Amino acid sequence: MSFTVNFPLFMIVLSLMSAAVSSVLPGKVARVITLCLNAVVCTASSILTVYLYAEGPVFYKMGHFPSPWGNELKLTYLGSLFAAIFATVMFLCVLGGKKHINLDIEAKKQNFYYIMIDLIQAALLVFCFTNDIFTGYVFIEICTIASCGILMISQIGRTTLAAVRYMIFSLVGSGLFLLGVVVLYNITGHLLMPQLRETVEALWQSGEYRMPLISSLCLIVSGLAIKSGLFPFQFWMPDTYGYATPASSGILSGLVSKGYIFFLIKIILDVYGSDMFYSSGMNNVLFALGVIGIVTGSGFAIAENNIFRMIAQSSAAQIGYIYMGIGISPTLGIVAALFHIITHAITKPSLFLSASALSDSANGYKKFRNLQGVAKDNKPAGIFFTIGAFSMIGIPFTMGFVSKYLFATAGLGEGSGFKAYTTIIVLAVSTILNTLYFARTVIRIYSKPTGENRIKLTVRNQKPYVTASVMFAIINIGTSLAASPIFYLIERGVSRL
Amino acid sequence: MLEFIWTNRIQCVSVILFAIGFSTLLLHRNLMKKIIGLNIMDTATYLFLTSIGMIEGRLAPIIQNGDTDVSKYVNPLPAGLVLTGIVVSVSVTAVMLALTIRLYKSYHTLNLDEIYLKAQEEQEEEP
Repeated sequence: MSFTVNFPLFMIVLSLMSAAVSSVLPGKVARVITLCLNAVVCTASSILTVYLYAEGPVFYKMGHFPSPWGNELKLTYLGSLFAAIFATVMFLCVLGGKKHINLDIEAKKQNFYYIMIDLIQAALLVFCFTNDIFTGYVFIEICTIASCGILMISQIGRTTLAAVRYMIFSLVGSGLFLLGVVVLYNITGHLLMPQLRETVEALWQSGEYRMPLISSLCLIVSGLAIKSGLFPFQFWMPDTYGYATPASSGILSGLVSKGYIFFLIKIILDVYGSDMFYSSGMNNVLFALGVIGIVTGSGFAIAENNIFRMIAQSSAAQIGYIYMGIGISPTLGIVAALFHIITHAITKPSLFLSASALSDSANGYKKFRNLQGVAKDNKPAGIFFTIGAFSMIGIPFTMGFVSKYLFATAGLGEGSGFKAYTTIIVLAVSTILNTLYFARTVIRIYSKPTGENRIKLTVRNQKPYVTASVMFAIINIGTSLAASPIFYLIERGVSRL
Repeated sequence: MLEFIWTNRIQCVSVILFAIGFSTLLLHRNLMKKIIGLNIMDTATYLFLTSIGMIEGRLAPIIQNGDTDVSKYVNPLPAGLVLTGIVVSVSVTAVMLALTIRLYKSYHTLNLDEIYLKAQEEQEEEP
C-alpha cells in the first residue's frame, strides 16, 4: 500500500495541531499557518485524488482494532476531490477577506479566528473521509462551535445575536442527528458505514424494525437539513451571513453548510443505500422543501435592501437547488447536487468578498441606495461581482449555467412526470427571480453615481482581494468550460461511493 | 400496547424528555431556558442510549476474576458514546452561556423577542 493513503490522517492531525499551536502565536503568524495548512491540504488532496482514481477506494484503519469494532476512514477520490475544493475555497476566503479580518477583529484576538478556521478545515476533512457515523457527529459539533466562533468574534451586539440564532438552529439539528444515530445504532449494533449498510439492507428487506429504521432516517436527514439551512429553517441565514466579517460569511455559506450536505449524501448512499432512501418517500419531502426553498429564498432576496442580506437570502435558494437535486434521483440528481455544491462554494464567497469591497468604496454603506454607481470607483470589485452574479443567474460560460443544465437534465431524464414538470418550471421561475435581483444590483452599481464622496479603490489598494477574486473567476469560468470531465468524475465517483 | 410501553418504559420517558427539551430549545423566548432545554434534550438521548446498552444480569465491561466470556459483560460502546456526547454537550453549553453573557451585556435582557426589537431599531439606524 502506498504512502499516499496516510495523507488524510496527516491532514486531519495537521489541522488540529495548527489550531493548537495557533493559540499561543500572534495573529499574523497564525494567519500564515492557516494559509499554509490550506495549501498543504489542497495539494495533498489533489495527489490523493489522482492516486485513488486509479486504485479505487481504500479503507484506512485507525488505531489497533480492525473493522467492525475500530474507527476507520474510507478514502474515495470523490471525497478527496471535495476536500481539495473546500481547502482551495477556504484559502481564497482567508486571503481575500484579510482586510476585514484585520478591521473587524481586535489585533490581540486574531489568532483565535484562525484557530476556528483550522478547526473547520479539520471538520470538513472528516466529513469527506470518515467511515464512522459517530466520528461524523463529533466533528459536526466541533464545526458548529467553530462556525459560531468565526461569527461572534467581531463583538458587535448584532453579530452576537446572529451567532445565538445560528447556534440554536445548529444545536436543534445536531440533537436530532445524534438521536437518529443512536436509534440506528440500537437496531443495527454498528457505527461503521459498510456494516451499517449491510444490516440496514437486511432489515429493510425483512421488514423488521421498519418504524425505527425510517425514524432514524428522518432524524438524521432533518438534523443535517436544519444545519445546512433548508426551508423552513433558513431564517438564521440573512442575519448570520449579513453581519459577519466577509471571510466568515464566505466560509459559512460556501463551505460549512456544503460540508454537512456532502456528509448527508454520503450517509444516504453509504448507510441507507439509494434503494431504501428513494423508496422511503424521504426524497419527495426533500424535493418539495427544496423547491419551496428556491422560490421563497429568491422572493425574500428581492425584498432585501441590504446587499449582504440579499446574497444571504440567495444562499437559501441555492441550498434549495441542492436538496431538489437529491430529491430527484440517486444518479443524475445527486450528481447535479454535487456539482451545484462546487458551483455555490466557488461563487458565493466571491460575491461576499466583492460586495464587501464595493461597500468599502461606498464608505461602509451596505444599502442599495448608497451603492449606486459604486462600481465606477471600484472597478475590479464591480467586474468580479458581475461575474459572480452571472454565475448565480446561470449565464453560459459560468458554472451556474452548467449546474442548471444538469438539474434540468436530471429532472427530465430521471424524475417522474410530476417531478420533471416541477423541476423545469421551478428552474425557469427561479432564473427569472435570480435575474431580477442580481441584474438589478449589477445595474445599480453601474448606473450614474449619486454624487456622494466615494473612496476610489484600484487593484493596487486591494491586492489580496483581487488575487482571490481572480482565482475564483478563473476557477468558475474554467470549470464551466471543462464541465464534462468534472461531470464524468463526479458521476463515476457517485456510482462507486 | 400497554405492555409495549411498560417494556420500553425508559425509552418512552427519554423520548418524552427529548420532546420537552426540543420544544423548549426551539420555542422558549428566554435564553437561559433555551440552554436548559438543550441540556434536557441531550440528557434524554444519553438516557436512551445507556438504558439500551444495559442488559440485566450482565456485568460492567471490566474483566473480573479472569473471566473472559463475552456473554457475561455488556457492550462498552454505548457508555463510550455517552461519555463523548457528554463532553460535546458540556462544551456546547459553555459556548451558549458565554454568548448569553455577551448578549446580556449588549442588550440588558435575556428575552429574545426584546433583543430582536432592539436589534431591529439598531438596523434601521445603521448605514
